Amino acid sequence: MTTAAETVAAGDGGPLTTGDGTPLKTALARATRRARIKALLLVAPLLLFVIVTFAVPIGQMLYLSVYNPVFSDNMPRLSSWLRSHEVSDVPGEAAFEALALDLKDARKNRTHAQVGTRINYERSGATSLFKSTARKIKKIKGPPYKEQLLALNSEWGDLHLWTVMARAASPHTSAFYAQALDLTYDATGNITRAPENRRIYGLLFQRTLFLSALIAALCLILGYPVAHLLANLPLKYSNLLMVMVLLPFWTSLLVRTTSWITLLQSQGVLNDLLVSVGILGDDGRLELMYNQWGTVIAMTHIMLPFMILPLYSVMKTVPKDFVRAARSLGAGPVTAFLRVYLPQTVPGIGAGVLLVFIISVGYYITPALVGGSSGQLISNQIAFHMLQSLNWGLAAALGALLLGGVILLYWLYDRLVGVDNMKLG
Amino acid sequence: MSMPPHATMFERIWRRLYLAFCAGVFLFLIAPIIVIVPLSFNAEPYFTFTRDMLALDPDGFSLRWYDRLLTYGMTAPDAIRDGAWWADAWANSQWIHAAKNSFAIGISSTLIATALGTLAALGLSRPEMPFRRAVMALLISPMIVPMIISATGLFFFYSKAGLAHTYIGIVLAHAMLGIPFVIITVTATLSGFDRSLIHAAASLGASPVTTFRKVILPLILPGVISGALFAFVTSFDEVVVVLFVASYDQQTIPLQMWNGIREQISPTILAAATILILFSIALLTTLELLRRRTERLRGLSG
Repeated sequence: MTTAAETVAAGDGGPLTTGDGTPLKTALARATRRARIKALLLVAPLLLFVIVTFAVPIGQMLYLSVYNPVFSDNMPRLSSWLRSHEVSDVPGEAAFEALALDLKDARKNRTHAQVGTRINYERSGATSLFKSTARKIKKIKGPPYKEQLLALNSEWGDLHLWTVMARAASPHTSAFYAQALDLTYDATGNITRAPENRRIYGLLFQRTLFLSALIAALCLILGYPVAHLLANLPLKYSNLLMVMVLLPFWTSLLVRTTSWITLLQSQGVLNDLLVSVGILGDDGRLELMYNQWGTVIAMTHIMLPFMILPLYSVMKTVPKDFVRAARSLGAGPVTAFLRVYLPQTVPGIGAGVLLVFIISVGYYITPALVGGSSGQLISNQIAFHMLQSLNWGLAAALGALLLGGVILLYWLYDRLVGVDNMKLG
Repeated sequence: MSMPPHATMFERIWRRLYLAFCAGVFLFLIAPIIVIVPLSFNAEPYFTFTRDMLALDPDGFSLRWYDRLLTYGMTAPDAIRDGAWWADAWANSQWIHAAKNSFAIGISSTLIATALGTLAALGLSRPEMPFRRAVMALLISPMIVPMIISATGLFFFYSKAGLAHTYIGIVLAHAMLGIPFVIITVTATLSGFDRSLIHAAASLGASPVTTFRKVILPLILPGVISGALFAFVTSFDEVVVVLFVASYDQQTIPLQMWNGIREQISPTILAAATILILFSIALLTTLELLRRRTERLRGLSG
């Protein structure tokens, strides 16, 4: 495979050389380099593909969380005035002149609503302010601009509005991260915590982490005994039972979500069963769908194979003799389990819990369909801002925070388990 | 694995509890999938068992939801079922349209993912591969990064690149999502691969391409096929990217189901789900046969 294989040793004590006289060291280094390049070339097409269709799009999307040129592009005069002046009070005529002229252009280019929306992210009421002013801006033909604009709408004299516009004058912004972290700029431009009733994202992150941890814990509790059973049964039984783990794994996610809806909704199979048996009254039907319960139950079902499979592959390798030896040396069943068996399965527990947690934290489909409003996770909020409120900067900021967390967990997974040890089926 | 005769009372009870618990978990795993099948034959538009169904009265069952699956979206669903009717179904039925899309997108993205993934796995499993761990982590990451983030990234990227609402865009995205599975399964197969076979082939005068075709590929084929199956299922089941970058023309089965669940949930969904369950049983069987074949090959080669 390599030229080094054709090496001929020079037997007279001088440096070893190959047949054509190059030193052996050089020839070997060249051969290794060639082998490295060959390996790299095999990987290169895929690497390029993943970078183009995955890494670059995500990078570009995340850039939106710090870059929003809507205001600075469409209000150029005012932006340049704001960039060169300190706004500590409502500014004077020069700024209002720039504002009026920019609004006229924005009205002509039909961009005034966009600009208003950008300011509205940080100060509510700005969208209608920009729209209504732009509609009447033609009436203002000359100075004094400040007086006339204030006469059109007294909100233009609000200092908070001006500090927001001053920050928006630069296309680079930290506003979206501030909002994603439940922080806000007060009227004078200092960062403070958002008022209690508007701290939604912190709560949402907390809920996402809590529910993911709960799902991972439930999967571990349900999956550990099953994996143990599968690993210890004779192969012909365990293969059969394994099908019951793999079939859900291979069944479409939407199918499984649909089945949980049919099973758990208030007119569904489970409630009907409980009512007909007489455990529940007809008016006491359990609300198991379209709330946190729905998310937790359906996701535990979906994640369970991701817990059982790594646990099983680790338990398969644990020698049965160890527990027997512990028992014969006098350990009780509990001690033998806790001190001998459990420690040997820790790699499987780590792999399963981390995998389930990582996947749950970013889950979107199931919570969106069965979570109601109390079972929504952070991904659902990202989708909401992407598709409905169209606040892409905030969606990107929330996405960046989520991605940061997932990468951290992924790094931990690689450290503890190793990505190349991941097993499927 | 029965209990030894010296087992204590406590151990016997404990073992019963343990088996009962496991049975409960298996029920939890499989019941939601089983229960949907009879419900799809419901004669009434309900999601629960009617009295007639429980009494096993034939009137309680019908194929109406399967029929609806076929006719939904057709221009003349009530016409006589002749050749023209079937042509109408093939051209206009929404579920058939979605199924055609799902298969076309699934197969194309699987081909891309399998070709690129197998090639890369060959490189990654060479001992000389530099930055192996980092490259591997990057290539597996599409599986780990939340789908919503990949989808939003593609949403912006595709609208700039003119790939939004195109088949190519979705095929590329699905190929990207399927790649980690191909990498994982193929590298796993290669880890048990005897590299001296390559040297033997080379020393007997085979070119690298011949060695790949005649020696490497036949041995890793089961891994490649199961990776391809994973990639296909990933694409076949994917809804978030489709939701973000597809238009009506590229509607797939999962998207059709998603819309069905969100908007007008009817037992038609259950009929579709039943067909998908049969499909996944077929896939699982294929995979199991492949696994047995690998084991047999491994067993023969020593």
